[in-house]
Amino acid sequence: MTTPLLTATGITKDYGATPALRGVDVRVTEGEIVAVTGPSGCGKSTLLHCLSGILRADRGSVIFRDQDIGSWSEAARSRLRRTEFGVLFQFGQMVPELTAAENVGLPLLLAGSGRREARQAALDWLDRFGVADVADQMPGAMSGGQQQRCAVARAMVTRPRVLFADEPTGALDQLNGEQVMQAIVRTVREEGTSVVLVTHEAPVAAYADREIVLRDGAVDPTGLGVAAP
Amino acid sequence: MSTAHVLLGLLAGGPRHGYDLKRAHDERLPQAKPLAYGQVYATLGRLERDGFVEPSAHEQDGGPERTAYTLTHSGRDRLAQWLTEIEPPAPYVTSTLFAKVVVALLAADADRARDYLAAQRAAHMARLRELTAVKSAPGATVGDVVAADYAIGHLDADLRWLQTTLARVADLQKEVTA
Ligand SMILES: Nc1ncnc2c1ncn2[C@@H]1O[C@H](COP(=O)(O)OP(=O)(O)OP(=O)(O)O)[C@@H](O)[C@H]1O
Ligand SMILES: [Mg+2]
Repeated sequence: MTTPLLTATGITKDYGATPALRGVDVRVTEGEIVAVTGPSGCGKSTLLHCLSGILRADRGSVIFRDQDIGSWSEAARSRLRRTEFGVLFQFGQMVPELTAAENVGLPLLLAGSGRREARQAALDWLDRFGVADVADQMPGAMSGGQQQRCAVARAMVTRPRVLFADEPTGALDQLNGEQVMQAIVRTVREEGTSVVLVTHEAPVAAYADREIVLRDGAVDPTGLGVAAP
Repeated sequence: MSTAHVLLGLLAGGPRHGYDLKRAHDERLPQAKPLAYGQVYATLGRLERDGFVEPSAHEQDGGPERTAYTLTHSGRDRLAQWLTEIEPPAPYVTSTLFAKVVVALLAADADRARDYLAAQRAAHMARLRELTAVKSAPGATVGDVVAADYAIGHLDADLRWLQTTLARVADLQKEVTA
């Protein structure tokens, strides 16, 4: 399928005097996995946050299903992230005071589901990511790989149309990182979820259908992501 | 790679025909270049000449395709020795990628080197995606995964080198054209 699901045009974002994005265009079609790569500080996380409505771009538009979500209120964008968008952050994901199952079920509770229903769905999703056995453990008692699988389960529990993942394997060793990527790709293919995958590692980007390379806040057509001195 | 030693290894479990060795080789070393039958028979011929394999007694009158080969004592010793030998890490840096960057700077200019680096990166990424698909395919064997991992690791190393070299092209040009 090639229907554009998410179309960002001319995304520009400054942090005070620091320009983080200078007019970035991104199109994501239904079911497509798009990698966003480039060196540290090139604006990958900022782009992901603008696309997912966590940040509002200074200029440019983010169109999701014919609606410019950039013009939406904070509350409306945050509702979108509990329904149609799933987000996997670069750092610190789990609520430390809640068990794995409670963490995963949280988005459903916030969206109005009952406790029993949320727990059942959480257990199903933990099972799909191979961590059903840690359902009643606290994040502090889990390995990094287990925590990351739970974080993916939580991002997918609402069956979002788009999953935004920021360095989903960044804190994991190679084998665990690979298992997490395999689980993500298998699941999004089954669900038909589109993915925006931020990474600076080529083997992770290779799971994507396509790659956008950023350099200094702009798309780098050479794909090298390094300023030519 | 030493096809002769791999064939000795495949014969360690018992006698096999040439076509059987080819099939076993291609199955056990997936993603490797498939062995040609001609290469199998040529290699078996050399191994027989050197006393490492011999035709199984009861099939001696067939042609090479009808003959099953068996490991000799000396073949077993050779195989055991090969398995204990380490492969010395390459003593010289030989890479066409590296040579091409240097020659691009000598014969043309920094832009030529950068264009080459960008095109090579695109080709490496495309191959990386293919191999990732191979290892992620539902029917992938452990052998497929291990073979793909090996190639992915090497492509990743090249990709890192391509990226850091791009940042050094201008300095390298100064050095080679000084
Ligand atoms: N909250 C902030 N306040 C000020 N500057 C910021 C902030 N967040 C990011 N920046 C700056 O914006 C630029 C882009 O940052 P961003 O985090 O998007 O990069 P990144 O590509 O995700 O980097 P990394 O690979 O290290 O995660 C950098 O120069 C960074 O220092
Ligand atoms: Mg980042």
